[in-house]
Amino acid sequence: MTTTYSSGIAEDAAPPKVAENDDTYWRAVGRRLMRDKVTLFCGAILMLMAALILFAPLVAPYGPTDGSIVRRLKPIGTPGHLLGTDELGRDMLSRLLHGGRYSWFVGITPVAIAFLVGGSIGIIAGFAGGKINMAIMRVTDVFYAFPSVLLAVAVSGSLGAGIANAIMSLTIVFIPPIIRVAESVTTGVRNLDYAEAARATGAGARSIVVVHILPNVLGPIFVYATSLVGVSMIVASGLSFLGLGIKPPDPEWGLMLNTLRSAIYSQPMIATLPGICIFMTSVCFNFVSDGLRTAMDVRA
Amino acid sequence: MTAPAPLVRARDLHVSFVSRDATVKAVNGVDLDLDAGEVLCILGESGSGKSVTLRALMRLNPPNKAVVSGELSVAGHDMVTISDRQLSSVRGKVVSMIFQEPMTALDPVYTIGRQIGETLVRHEGIGRREAEQRALELLELVQIPSAKRRLQAYPHELSGGLRQRAMIAMAISCRPQLLLADEPTTALDATVQIQILLLLRQLQQELGMGVIFVTHDLGVAGEIADRIAVMYAGRMVEAGSTVDVMRGPLHPYAKGLLGATVHSGLRGTRLTTIPGSPPDLRHPIEGCAFAPRCPHALETCSAGVPEFRPMQAGRAVRCFRSEEIAGATTRPPSRTTPQGVLLP
Repeated sequence: MTTTYSSGIAEDAAPPKVAENDDTYWRAVGRRLMRDKVTLFCGAILMLMAALILFAPLVAPYGPTDGSIVRRLKPIGTPGHLLGTDELGRDMLSRLLHGGRYSWFVGITPVAIAFLVGGSIGIIAGFAGGKINMAIMRVTDVFYAFPSVLLAVAVSGSLGAGIANAIMSLTIVFIPPIIRVAESVTTGVRNLDYAEAARATGAGARSIVVVHILPNVLGPIFVYATSLVGVSMIVASGLSFLGLGIKPPDPEWGLMLNTLRSAIYSQPMIATLPGICIFMTSVCFNFVSDGLRTAMDVRA
Repeated sequence: MTAPAPLVRARDLHVSFVSRDATVKAVNGVDLDLDAGEVLCILGESGSGKSVTLRALMRLNPPNKAVVSGELSVAGHDMVTISDRQLSSVRGKVVSMIFQEPMTALDPVYTIGRQIGETLVRHEGIGRREAEQRALELLELVQIPSAKRRLQAYPHELSGGLRQRAMIAMAISCRPQLLLADEPTTALDATVQIQILLLLRQLQQELGMGVIFVTHDLGVAGEIADRIAVMYAGRMVEAGSTVDVMRGPLHPYAKGLLGATVHSGLRGTRLTTIPGSPPDLRHPIEGCAFAPRCPHALETCSAGVPEFRPMQAGRAVRCFRSEEIAGATTRPPSRTTPQGVLLP
């Protein structure tokens, strides 16, 4: 056998394709984000909405509950009422701006809490495997068996009305699906070679989870969680409709959507406005989180 | 100390995997000795228990499924009764491992430098900055060109060969006494394979490590090993120096393996294969596990398990009939064509 092979630099003669080496990770992420027009656009919309909602009392032309029945259901573009008025003659623009505060709050808070709690439980289940996994997942299945709206209503009903209880019940609704996603992603990563390789270098269970599993599973869980924000707003509105969440006359997009049902034939544009707000928020959240995940993924 | 204890000593090592449906006896009584600075190659086909044996040496088999028994010490640590805490300090520092797939054995979200540094930070208590510096030296040691730039590269940005070099750098970062390699060249191109083998051999000599190499590639074994051990159905069937085993295998299975090797000298001739397939380790095997596939098997072969008998010159074989068979000729792995013309 010939033994004249050099221990070879030949394979490495190819020109370096790694051009991003001299700057830091976060600058690379920033640069990738700047190229992603969809994410930028959606991010801008979200920021605009957030700012308008935050400063609603300053921006809104009227108070959210000021109205006169004689001005009811004015169409979009009526002088003084840019987006028209609702079924009780209240200014739609003002109500949407103020309502955004409630909607964003009940949309995001339960999902954020569920992301933390459900994500942790799911990762533990996925990493531990065996009996622990079995126990956690079967309990999750029990919660999963109820339709989400029904579960929210049941929990909220037993806790009593109020926005805090509504958020609590929504959190309970969202924890099981997040556990599911977290568990399946973690199980996939746990069995990959690099987790075993880490064990072979003496890493303990905690350091494997923190160093090697978390960064590889957070992305997918996060993206899934943001898709729940829209759902959360809708279910919250359902609770409000049943008198379990936000109470009229306080404005909230889901609640407005419900109360404007009756106007769907006379003023369809106005009746759908809160829905459009919910839709835009939820879609933008989704796109932004997906874009962020792509930008932060070194493999992309 | 007059006679230093061997680096690895295994006596009657058993590993079985217990699941709800079946118990798989993957390793059935392996004896193994390795001195510091020695290279042993474990040969065998898929499912012969070679990888399981290797993983048992650092207790990497899944703890809730694998049952290890017997006697096993690595560098003075009893690996059967070792505590988890001690295990963490042994892994990576005393024993480390190179995996088969450099593609999946590196974490995709960290740079090469960070991953190599990780082990150093863990075992030597040095800071990240210093670890980065050491990682650079290691990359140079494993002959990665433009090492400084590669330090900042992510695994997907490197070729298979470079990735395997990075893996090796990671494995030797804490100067282990024992390096385990689980088919480290199987996933690589043939040209890159030989480079990696030469690199491993060179590092082994420079650092004086003991190396246990698992492969099914005889060429690889011949290239790197001092000694060869052939495994079949969870048992050693033949052991001896590389030259001896390659020249004159004693066990029919080892003979079959050598006969089934592809090399250019056999162009135009039909390859011999070993008929049949390895036994199902879920069920206990009576007698010699190879008997059903063995061309020389007698009825007595299925009566009891043959002893692993020491032979001349540090060899050992697990066969009742090795003396009788030794004379018989199966085709030797010659480098000549049937016409006797030597290939370049």
